[in-house]
Amino acid sequence: MNTIYILWLRQLKRYIRSRSRMIGSLGQPILFLVALGFGFGPIYARAGGGNYMQFLAPGIIAQGVLFTAIFSGIELIWDRQFGFLKETLVAPVPRLHIMLGRTLGGATIASLQGLIVFVLTLVIGFRPVSILGVLQAVVIIFLMALLFTSVGTAIASTLSDFQGFQLIMNFLVMPLFFLSGSLFPLTSAPGFLKVVSTIDPLSYGVDGVRGALTGSVHFGLGLDYLVLFVLISIVLITGSYLFSKIQI
Amino acid sequence: MDSAVSVHNLVKIFGSGKNTFRAVDNISFEVGKGEIFAFLGPNGAGKSTTIKMLTTLLVPSGGEIRINGFDPTSQQDKVRSSFGIVFQDPSLDEELTAYENMEFHGVLYKVPKKIRKQRINELLKVVELEDRRNSLVKTFSGGMRRRLEIARGLLHHPSIFFLDEPTVGLDPQTRNQMWQYVLKLNKEEKITVFMTTHYMEEAEKVAERIAIIDHGKIIASGTATELKKKTKASSLEDAFLNLTGKAIREEEMSGVEHMRMRRQMFGGRR
Repeated sequence: MNTIYILWLRQLKRYIRSRSRMIGSLGQPILFLVALGFGFGPIYARAGGGNYMQFLAPGIIAQGVLFTAIFSGIELIWDRQFGFLKETLVAPVPRLHIMLGRTLGGATIASLQGLIVFVLTLVIGFRPVSILGVLQAVVIIFLMALLFTSVGTAIASTLSDFQGFQLIMNFLVMPLFFLSGSLFPLTSAPGFLKVVSTIDPLSYGVDGVRGALTGSVHFGLGLDYLVLFVLISIVLITGSYLFSKIQI
Repeated sequence: MDSAVSVHNLVKIFGSGKNTFRAVDNISFEVGKGEIFAFLGPNGAGKSTTIKMLTTLLVPSGGEIRINGFDPTSQQDKVRSSFGIVFQDPSLDEELTAYENMEFHGVLYKVPKKIRKQRINELLKVVELEDRRNSLVKTFSGGMRRRLEIARGLLHHPSIFFLDEPTVGLDPQTRNQMWQYVLKLNKEEKITVFMTTHYMEEAEKVAERIAIIDHGKIIASGTATELKKKTKASSLEDAFLNLTGKAIREEEMSGVEHMRMRRQMFGGRR
């Protein structure tokens, strides 16, 4: 228990101390909100879609969570490169605890990041429908954060340097985001795109957050929770297996 | 036998198929309790690979290891609690303070809170970092980091202390001070010391027994005097060169080293 806590605490301290990273990672969501939200807003409204900012904001919150979560997981490579991982791996504690502590820490950070983006969307004009909805969104944000931190950690367990990082960004993170229904409504999307979005795990996170905050859902909150829970279990189990196999 | 470290026919093979490389090739040795043992060899000879296997970081391809009587492949936690280590590469968290790095270690090794606090303070005093306890490690010099790593490695009172090239990049003052402290620990606390170094005079001065490894095999072992006599050399350095030859070893750069170089070149931080 203590092991998990101290690793969680370490992740948090590192996050709070690297303000440049915190601010830097807000640049992208702001850009998306301003350029897409204000840029496409009028057309979206004219096409009969309603208020685009209301639609887009949950998607951008999910994007903030996704990027921070994957990156927190991938950060394991830094620890490996700069030696700190060895310090934890020779300690007399189960590797599962190390992995869980790291993952929970990363998920907490990603959730915080998601909440910061949420506050930004409020400033820009987004309005959630109810307080209860906001609380539910926090839960879904955390589940999403947990899922993608575990994904990042699992991937990082199999990599020994940053050479594959660009690959992950371009072929995993970007597609996950763009195909998730963050930016466009799935209901009116062409068939093939709908299929792709249905297998994109982020779609369920976006749908959940959007459902909780605005009341409009595509898959339904029940299915969103179910998919997130099942995936978290699968990825955590795979991840801890991969993590336990790390040799330096 | 009362051995702190006992190794029999240890083998480590990297790669598979035709591209195999025997990094450690059937070595055997014993380190007695309370002994200071130096493990010497040119770059790429198999020193670090051996230490990694002794400290549960790598699984051996063959052979048998006992650390304090425990097997690193099946009794990992017992082995892990019984040794402290200073790695060849830095292994501190730069974004944490000196105290936090110590605290982290203490929690992982289950040192009770009260004792933990007391020991951290004592150790920081010993390595003269007391006044910098709340500074982030990234503001520390190489010497200060090393001292902190040594203090950290001792926090859980290990009975065996592994030092993998602990003095690389340290000035003579820091080196001297560090060895004095290690010697004192060895004498007073009967800690077994297992060290590797490239500085022969260091090994000669500190170690009671020396083993020289090259191409994955132990090619000589004994006291410094015995090794010199055997090779008819006047210094341990000459003895070492006589045994391992004068050709310079190329060590393949690992991903880690590439990264470090890039990082230095751009003066980047994490």
